[in-house]
Amino acid sequence: MARPISWIGQALLYGLFALIIGYFSSSPPYRHLPADQALIKLSFSHEGKLVSTCRQRTPEELAKLPPNMRAPMDCPRERSPVIVEIDLDGSPAYRKVATPSGLSKDGASTVYHRFPVQAGERRLAIRLNDDARVPGFNYRREEMVTLKPGKVLVIDFNQQRGGITLQ
Amino acid sequence: MVDAQTLGEALTRFEARRFVKPLDSIACGALIAYHRIEHGFDKAFGAALNPWCHLGALGFLFFWIIAVTGLYLYAVLDTSVDGAYRSIDWLSREQWYLGGVLRSVHRYAADAFVLVTLLHLLREFLLGRYTGFRHFSWLTGVPLLWFVYISGVVGIWLRWDLLAQFSAAATAEWLDALPVFATPLIRNYLSASAVSDRLFSLFVFVHIGVPLLLVFGLWFHIQRISRAEVFPPLALAAGSLLALLALSVALPVASQAAADLSLVPGPLAFDWFYLFWQPLMYATSAGAVWMLAAGATLLMLALPALPHAAAAPVAKVDPDNCNGCRRCFEDCPYAAITMVPHPGGSPGRQLAQVIPDLCASCGICAGSCPSSTPFRTGAELLTGIDMPHMPIGELRGALQRGLAQLAGKKGIVVFGCDQGANVAKLAGEDVASFSLICAGMLPPSFVEYALRGGAAGVLVTGCRAGGCAFRLGNRWTEERLAGMREPHLRAGPPGKAVRVAWADRGEEAELGVALEDLREALAAKPLHNADPIASPLAAPRRMTAHG
Repeated sequence: MARPISWIGQALLYGLFALIIGYFSSSPPYRHLPADQALIKLSFSHEGKLVSTCRQRTPEELAKLPPNMRAPMDCPRERSPVIVEIDLDGSPAYRKVATPSGLSKDGASTVYHRFPVQAGERRLAIRLNDDARVPGFNYRREEMVTLKPGKVLVIDFNQQRGGITLQ
Repeated sequence: MVDAQTLGEALTRFEARRFVKPLDSIACGALIAYHRIEHGFDKAFGAALNPWCHLGALGFLFFWIIAVTGLYLYAVLDTSVDGAYRSIDWLSREQWYLGGVLRSVHRYAADAFVLVTLLHLLREFLLGRYTGFRHFSWLTGVPLLWFVYISGVVGIWLRWDLLAQFSAAATAEWLDALPVFATPLIRNYLSASAVSDRLFSLFVFVHIGVPLLLVFGLWFHIQRISRAEVFPPLALAAGSLLALLALSVALPVASQAAADLSLVPGPLAFDWFYLFWQPLMYATSAGAVWMLAAGATLLMLALPALPHAAAAPVAKVDPDNCNGCRRCFEDCPYAAITMVPHPGGSPGRQLAQVIPDLCASCGICAGSCPSSTPFRTGAELLTGIDMPHMPIGELRGALQRGLAQLAGKKGIVVFGCDQGANVAKLAGEDVASFSLICAGMLPPSFVEYALRGGAAGVLVTGCRAGGCAFRLGNRWTEERLAGMREPHLRAGPPGKAVRVAWADRGEEAELGVALEDLREALAAKPLHNADPIASPLAAPRRMTAHG
């Protein structure tokens, strides 16, 4: 093949290489959610209440223990699972029983869930229980929220800030 | 051009591999398609500069471009939540002529790096280069893919725009699918207040640290290859760099809007080279992508262990005929030969020793051995290092018989190799052809022996230039025939001609043209006495693409 034609061929192939790199480094565009949707993210990392309170050991129990381990109080480490429920516009949208982490189930319960929803005014009801000794739910929040298209609503739990938070 | 017959031959080769049958036909079809593409590039680049034959070296080139441009980017990067976006965006807006171009080259080189890496992997797979003596390079190459992706994906986060926000959150969700984190990583990206400056220090640490691991891994990857090509031919390197520069000027990389964790990003200018798996995750699930990634990795790691054809016998050293000259040690493409003290020799004398696990059974060592000369007078030709399944002595015997058949016919001896064009297909009563394991197995003295034994010309062939199945076979052959490497070709009798024509399997027609070319040259006029052996490196007139 004549050299000029070879050079033209090389230029075309280098151009094709650049075209492939240039195109796929930014195209085709990716849209994560349809334009009319918003995203609700539920996420918390929370330590539930202890499953039971401390109790006084009896003298007989203490006698059975080695002398260096005769603590008068028996305090269990296990924590309650955290139960969370979300209703959207009156319909159940999510329910999760988050078990505590750790071999002794004494760590935090964590939850992460995301669900895209249609943007607009939505009634949101969130219920949470972090104490196995309490029937039902000990935290509730119900609110009308306005979700603009593309908005991210984060549902979190922070005991210092009053429990269930929306941001 | 690869024809239907070649398809049949390729299928036969796959049969020999005894790989999973349904996959064989798919892989074989892909191999045929690949050969067509690779050979098509020869028309523009020539075989020696064909980028498909230098994918690994191109990967090194792009890596170093990334490293050098990255030094400048690191100098101006503000590793804080607010500063990261601002400092990178400033480069493109205010310093587009330097920082902006460097940023674009950095990014495009990173994309090119992942592209050539994947093509390199695919090519080696299609050519069956993952088993036997090549298993080490294959196994050490697979984990490098993870390093490439980790460093590349984290690099995208450093600009902290909407794409970075999306990618970081998607990666966190993907990692959270594994039950190993006490607190979900995604909590780092729930709101603007959750993202800290320390997180960006971690990004920088990973983006620089993982490439350092990559360099270390690459060093392992090429450990069992002598004279590894860690830089492509200059023309190819210059062309690739110019292409990246032109792209960077024509289409400079720019940040998208600054990250805003209270919003879901709208349409994103998406880097599909690195992030393709994130849309896939949302279309399926994090578990599915984990299954895909882990499954692909495990499959690639398991490939060398799957049943394959038995390996050919490795080279064998004959201490009585090895003088410790080190030529086989120098020429072995896979560093499979070491030199040890000769057990029966005088002090200082050495003996070649073959490491069986590393030996490719290519025979290049036999071609380099000074004892592999057919002019030796012994009834049995023994050499210092030889291939048990194709001894040099048998080659001499076959050559002697072939020369006897050519007597009085102005015949041509063709030396080819089992990996390249099939020399047995060359027609003509005036042709005696011999197929070696590799062209590099041919001791140059056999060429001279053929010419002095009555052949009018010798044609040497093997895999196309730059495409030797054993990496260095054609290079050593060319250098030996040109007198640039030992053992070299001595001047032969006047009026004879030697030609070299590289051609792959399936290119027998092109090789036939080269043979005809040689016939015509021999018939046209007697070669001048002052030029007893025509330049062996001169390409045949009608086969410029492969010469």
